[in-house]
Amino acid sequence: MSRIRKTFDTLKMSNQKALIPFVTAGDPSPEMTIKILHQLVTSGADMIELGIPFSDPMADGPVIQRANERALSKNVGIRKTLEIAKEFRKQNQVTPLILMGYANPIEAIGIDEFLKLCKSSDIDGVITVDYPPEESKAYVEKLKQNDIDAIFLLAPTTEKKRIERIIKQASGFLYYVSLKGVTGAQNIDIEQVKNRVGEIKSLTDLPIGVGFGVRDSETAKNVAKFSDAIVIGSRIIQEIEASNESNMLENISKIIKSIKQVI
Amino acid sequence: MQNYNFPDENGHFGPYGGTFVAETLIEALDELKVMYEQFKEDKDFLKEFHHDLKHFVGRPSPIYFAERLTKKIGGAQIYFKREDLNHTGAHKVNNTVGQALLAKKMGKPRVIAETGAGQHGVATATIAARLGLDCVVYMGSEDVKRQSPNVYRMKLLGAEVVPVESGSKTLKDALNEALRDWVTNVSNTFYIIGTVAGPHPYPMMVRDFNSVVGKESIVQMDELVGKQPDAVIACVGGGSNAMGIFYPYIPFENTRLIGVEAAGHGIETGKHAAPLTANSPVGVLHGNRTYMMQNDEGQIIETHSVSAGLDYPGVGPEHAWLKDTKRAEYVAINDEEALAAFHNLCRTEGIIPALETSHAIAYAEKFARDLSKDKIILVNLSGRGDKDINTVAGMAGIKI
Repeated sequence: MSRIRKTFDTLKMSNQKALIPFVTAGDPSPEMTIKILHQLVTSGADMIELGIPFSDPMADGPVIQRANERALSKNVGIRKTLEIAKEFRKQNQVTPLILMGYANPIEAIGIDEFLKLCKSSDIDGVITVDYPPEESKAYVEKLKQNDIDAIFLLAPTTEKKRIERIIKQASGFLYYVSLKGVTGAQNIDIEQVKNRVGEIKSLTDLPIGVGFGVRDSETAKNVAKFSDAIVIGSRIIQEIEASNESNMLENISKIIKSIKQVI
Repeated sequence: MQNYNFPDENGHFGPYGGTFVAETLIEALDELKVMYEQFKEDKDFLKEFHHDLKHFVGRPSPIYFAERLTKKIGGAQIYFKREDLNHTGAHKVNNTVGQALLAKKMGKPRVIAETGAGQHGVATATIAARLGLDCVVYMGSEDVKRQSPNVYRMKLLGAEVVPVESGSKTLKDALNEALRDWVTNVSNTFYIIGTVAGPHPYPMMVRDFNSVVGKESIVQMDELVGKQPDAVIACVGGGSNAMGIFYPYIPFENTRLIGVEAAGHGIETGKHAAPLTANSPVGVLHGNRTYMMQNDEGQIIETHSVSAGLDYPGVGPEHAWLKDTKRAEYVAINDEEALAAFHNLCRTEGIIPALETSHAIAYAEKFARDLSKDKIILVNLSGRGDKDINTVAGMAGIKI
């Protein structure tokens, strides 16, 4: 069983939901990212989503776009991202690490090379934002052969038939995008998300994580009532932007704790 | 290439094209695919489309024999397909008329577009005004500065122009931002993409709407010259004017198809916008797989061309396929050569061409020189250069 599924099972036994924070590798610097990753775990993160910087992050809102730009300005790309992950793994072999990125950097270094680096950094899952299942069959097959979970997004507009098709290829968990929009957008409609997550749950045993619009502990609390995980990204990156190096870890910790307490 | 039938049902041109978007856009693209398939065969839709092309755009555009230029070069006979005479001044309007009509049929009251030089933005704002649709145009903040007359034109036509501050602040970033808008407002919004790129069905749909250029040319060349050209030449940024004239000519095996990219400061300097000529690596951006200017870790790199309309790191996937299958050839012309052709055409033929188009003209001059006088070249004169006079004056150190 994958480390991701194991984490979900353990949390379930104590009636908790997973908190999955997202940060972009190299934002604000490679050294700080490693410190931030450890801090996230200490403060209550159950898994971590690590963004691979890309020059054209089409599905992301302005906050994560800026994180990408800061990381790129520190020369952090896909290879450096995996080095950061490897460095993190030296001290932490427990917390699942999920990479989130766009197809082009992966294709540029080659899928086989990417998988080799993922294995050597002990990566647990990958979300490739612009690889819908139709365009990524061979890739997903290779991920599975390497025991890396292929995590797919489901949107408010995804039809039932399509959800069923995606479920067949997905593993680890399903990532439900809680609103029509980009990451970090306005607040979400809880009732609507609840209905959709219920619908998806009736089709699969895979855990469901909810993200894209979760910005505070109140929303997180409500969403956690009917989902298995909360993904929180832009809110943490705003904290990175608003902090200096001396208070950054503390400020991030506060957010994580306040959310972990209520889910 | 008698049985050329691309893309396949999933939008692939061989290994290129496809649908590389986040799940949040899949439903909108599926809807668009179904509606386009339905309306492209619909008699009433086509009647309206052709009515507007005739009465609003002013089609058919003429074919013109560039007699003085031909004499001056002293080789093959050079003909122009005069897309510069269209309403709004370029071929771009053919596509926006088609997509805006489709938006109207689909019941979408709001259209959005990306623009680089502003030509596609103006063409979109124009047809949006004509059809009573709300219109928002995304434009890189660098381009907003460089192309202020077109920004004002769009505003006059009732469009909202949103400057894009992210990334390199140019066309590719405007496209990213338009995609983000579309994801957010998908239920009431139609995204009018301006070139033969983007996720399926855009490369096919934009090509189809622009193919009126090639279809007319085939009829007109037959009437005017009594035979088809030995070569068709067009400039290629994303590649919409080139696909528009190439596509109907694909079965004409004796007609060479030549796409002219922007070599900027020179291919060897890396500061260009010619992914096909430079054999850039294949990658995935803006929803499709194609040749793409990028570094060795897949980050899209900044491009350079004197012409904002060619300043794009990728190229339409069908051009990638035509290159690989050798049905079309791709070459590049640098800034200096394009400017020389610009000035030459102004004085020799009384036509001020767009800087984009000047790349095609520059190559046509080179190409014609080595051919005998009985050979015939047709150049797609894709747009007029009124929009470029500030740029050209600025390069000569003149303030107007």
